[in-house]
Amino acid sequence: MLIDWFTVGAQVLNFIILVWLMKRFLYQPVLNAIAAREQKIAAALADAANTKAEAHKQKSDFKQKNLAFEQQRTDLLQQATDSAAAEGERLRTEATQAADKASAARAKALSTDTQHLHAEIVRQTQQQVFDIARRVLSDLANTSLEQRTSDVFIQRLQNADGETLASLSKALTDTSESNPALLRSAFILPAAQQMAIQTALENKIGHSIALRFETTPDLIAGIEISVQGQKLAWSIADYLSALSSIPPTAHAKSDATEAA
Amino acid sequence: MRMTPDTWIFWQYGVFTLNATIVFTWVLMAVLTLGAFLITRRLTTDHERTSWQNLLEIVVTSIMGQIKDVGLKNPHHYLGFLGTLFLFVAAAALSTMIPGFEPPTASLSTTVALALCVLVSVPLFGISSQGLLGYLKTYIQPTPLMLPFNLISEASRTMALAVRLFGNMMSGAMIIAILLAITPFFFPIVMTLLGLLTGMVQAYIFTILAAVYIAAATRSSKAVKALPPTPVT
Repeated sequence: MLIDWFTVGAQVLNFIILVWLMKRFLYQPVLNAIAAREQKIAAALADAANTKAEAHKQKSDFKQKNLAFEQQRTDLLQQATDSAAAEGERLRTEATQAADKASAARAKALSTDTQHLHAEIVRQTQQQVFDIARRVLSDLANTSLEQRTSDVFIQRLQNADGETLASLSKALTDTSESNPALLRSAFILPAAQQMAIQTALENKIGHSIALRFETTPDLIAGIEISVQGQKLAWSIADYLSALSSIPPTAHAKSDATEAA
Repeated sequence: MRMTPDTWIFWQYGVFTLNATIVFTWVLMAVLTLGAFLITRRLTTDHERTSWQNLLEIVVTSIMGQIKDVGLKNPHHYLGFLGTLFLFVAAAALSTMIPGFEPPTASLSTTVALALCVLVSVPLFGISSQGLLGYLKTYIQPTPLMLPFNLISEASRTMALAVRLFGNMMSGAMIIAILLAITPFFFPIVMTLLGLLTGMVQAYIFTILAAVYIAAATRSSKAVKALPPTPVT
């Protein structure tokens, strides 16, 4: 008999024990290890997927930020360009205005300088005329300029027209010692000439007057009497003014006549 | 020459007999258990593993894959029984290479015991899957007239399992023994390799047939009806 039933029973028992042993020492540990590794791999894959998703998100955010930054840069550049253009226009306008103002100021200064130069030329001319006249009179006529000026003033007084004389006479009527008429001269008049002028005035007007003599260098070799708004004067300045009011042709004619 | 290792008796007391089949079975059990213990005590869950761990994982996952391919949906549930069947038969086939070692599967008692285990486990798995009535109904499918034939089928396939494995393993071991006695070294080596291949194929066949029986028992009647008719070859 090939089948030993005791052995069969023993082998069944052995096989059941072997099944338990294999489950205990082989299948369960191996399956646990595989499951743990799969779990690890799944976790790693999930982590990688999360990382990838995060990277994609960051990439997207970065792209959006880049676009926004580019847009902002373009806007700022445009704004800066506009501001620069506006500032340039403003500065150009200001420069133009400043140039116009400077040009006007320069023109004004030039005009002022011209006027000052003219005045200085007039003053120096007057002074030169005064000096020349003084010298000519002193050298040739043995007469001082002051004396000649007093003479000319007295002569102008004698030759004054009726209207001027009447108004002057009316103004000099109210003079007194406390309210004398003012006679200004560019130089100190000697007492003789003061007396001569006062005498000529009193003779011409016909009553005594009170005079106060005052020296004013600005008159430049002139004598001037002023009272209550009336003035009678002669000076080199008036003389030059009279000369300058004559047209050049009149000067030429006058020179030609004198030459003839 | 022994036809079966059952006749190689080490100790006997009444019906209690300690023969070579039982002793070599214990040796195989000890080797399998000790090997599994030594390898699995150092299992790692990292990517770098030992070759032994890789081997065990390949064996276990391959067995589960085969069980799944047969049609059993939850391979973990059947891995203990079917996997141990395969490992035991395969280890017994490998043991033929060791001179003087008698493979336990060369004993008809062992193969009958394994076939009986299959015979018992099939209804147990079927009942746990479909319930008692659901499983019993499979015996009267497609008609109650088929009940005797189904019962005969159960008995005959169990016998076929036992005899097939016994015949192959016994013949292989016997051929090697005969050739060792009458021929030089080379031819027995070739025959040993052939016997090894035959043994592995038998282990595979035994396990797959058991899985097919279990799958047939655990498949519901609706699923059976829904399956297309299988051509008989």
